[in-house]
Amino acid sequence: MNATVSVAVASSTEPVLAQAPLLRIDGVGKSYGTVQVLSGCTLDVQRGEVVVICGPSGSGKSTLIKCVNGLVPFNAGRILCDGVDVGLGRQVDLVRLRTRVGMVFQNFELYPHLSVLENLCLAPVHVLRRPRSEAAERAHQLLVRVGLPDKAGSLPGQLSGGQQQRVAIARALAMDPIALLFDEPTSALDPEMVGEVLDVMVELARDGMTMMVVTHEMGFARKVADRVVFMDAGRIVETGTADGFFSEPTTERARGFLSRILSH
Amino acid sequence: MDAFDWGAVPAALPFLLDGMQLSLLLLAVGMLGGTALGLLVALLRLFGPRIPAAIAAAYVDGLRAIPLVLVLFWFYFLVPLAIGRPVGALPSALIAFVIFEAAYYSEIIRAGIGSVRSGQWQAAQALGMTRGQTLRLVVLPQALRAMLPILVTQAVILFQDTSLVYVIGLRDFMTATSISAEEGGRLVEFYAFAALVYLIVCSAGTELAHALQRRRSA
Repeated sequence: MNATVSVAVASSTEPVLAQAPLLRIDGVGKSYGTVQVLSGCTLDVQRGEVVVICGPSGSGKSTLIKCVNGLVPFNAGRILCDGVDVGLGRQVDLVRLRTRVGMVFQNFELYPHLSVLENLCLAPVHVLRRPRSEAAERAHQLLVRVGLPDKAGSLPGQLSGGQQQRVAIARALAMDPIALLFDEPTSALDPEMVGEVLDVMVELARDGMTMMVVTHEMGFARKVADRVVFMDAGRIVETGTADGFFSEPTTERARGFLSRILSH
Repeated sequence: MDAFDWGAVPAALPFLLDGMQLSLLLLAVGMLGGTALGLLVALLRLFGPRIPAAIAAAYVDGLRAIPLVLVLFWFYFLVPLAIGRPVGALPSALIAFVIFEAAYYSEIIRAGIGSVRSGQWQAAQALGMTRGQTLRLVVLPQALRAMLPILVTQAVILFQDTSLVYVIGLRDFMTATSISAEEGGRLVEFYAFAALVYLIVCSAGTELAHALQRRRSA
C-alpha cells in the first residue's frame, strides 16, 4: 500500500517532470534522394538551456533545427518536442507545437505588406484567437523589450536589417513560446547591426528562455551558451560546454573549423 | 459627303452609350468572375490533389489554345443545349467571358503566388498558421500586389475583346459604332471617334498599370 502511494507521488512530483528534456532529438536522419543531409543526430535540450550549433556551411545545422518544428520533414529517427512526436505528429499537433516553439530566420521573413504592429499581432489573433486589443498591448510591450517602441506603425521595408531582426524576435515572442529556434539570425546583417540583435538574444538567454541557436557568433556562444554542438557533414561531431569546446576541442574537424573562423 | 461631317456623331451618342454600357458590363463581369474562377483554378493547380490539378491544367491550356470568338460561339449554342432552354445572347456571352478570362487570370495568379518566396510560407507556418491561413493572410496579399499591373493590362485586353460579341448578335460599343457608321455613310468619322475612345480608355488603363508598377518598385 505504502509502496503504491510512493510510486504515484514520485511520478507526479515537479523535479521528475523538470528533468525530462524539453526537446529530444534521437537518431534523426534526412536525405534528399541519394544525398544524405543529416545522419544519426542525437541531442537533448533541457528547459532553460541555450544550445549553440555551429559548423561549416552545408553541415546540416539549419536543416536540423527546421526538423524540430516540422518545417522540414525527416526520414529517420525521432524528435520529441514538449511531448509532441514531430515526425509522426498529425497536422493539428504540429500547429499546436509551432505556437509554442518560435523560430527566427536568417532573412527575417517579416510580412512586408503589414506594419510592425500587424506583424506581431497576426498569429496571436488568428492562431491563438487572442482579442486584438490584448495582442496589440502585448506587441507594444515586446517592442519596448527589443528597443523599438516607436516603430509599431512602420513597414518592415522602412527598417534597417538589425531592426527587422529584432522585430522578428518580438514576433516570435508574441506567441509566448517555451523555446526559440534561431537559424543564423545575424548572417544576413551588416556587421554594425549584429551587436543590437545579439544583445536582445543575450537578454532572452539570461531570462531563462530555452534556445537553440545556429550561429557563427562565437562571442555569443562563449557568453551565454550552456553547450556548443559542432556539426559536420550532417552529423553531430562534438558536444561540449562552451569553454571546453573553444579551449580544447576534442576532434580534428572541430579544431580545423575553429582555427578557420577564429583566425580572422 | 466630301468634307468631314462630325454632326452625326453627337446625334448617335445615346445609341453608342448603350453599346459602351454593354462593353463595360462584359469587362466588369469578365474581370470579377474571371479573377474569382481563376483563383480557384490556380489554387487547384498549385495545391489540389493530383487529378483535380490535372483537370485544372487541361482547362487552362485548352482554353488558351482557342480563340475567344470560338468560345463565344460555343457557349451561345451549348448553354441552351445544356440547360434545355434558350438563354439569350447576353448570359451566354457573360459566361463565355468569365470562363475564357479565368484561364488567363489563373496563370497570372499562379505566377503571383509563385513570386512570394518560400521563407514567407515557413515564417507563417512556424507561427502555427495552417496552409489556408498562410495563403489568405500572408501569401495572397503579397501576390496580389505583385500581380496588379498585369491584371490591369489583362483588363485592357479584355476591354478590347468585348467587341467580339457582335458574332452572337450583341451590340457592344464597337458594334454600335459600326451600325451608326453604316447608317449615315459616315464611316471615317465614326471609326475615328471609336478609335479615339478606345485610345483614351486603354491608355488610361495602361498608364494605371505603369503607375502601379512604379509604385511597386519604388
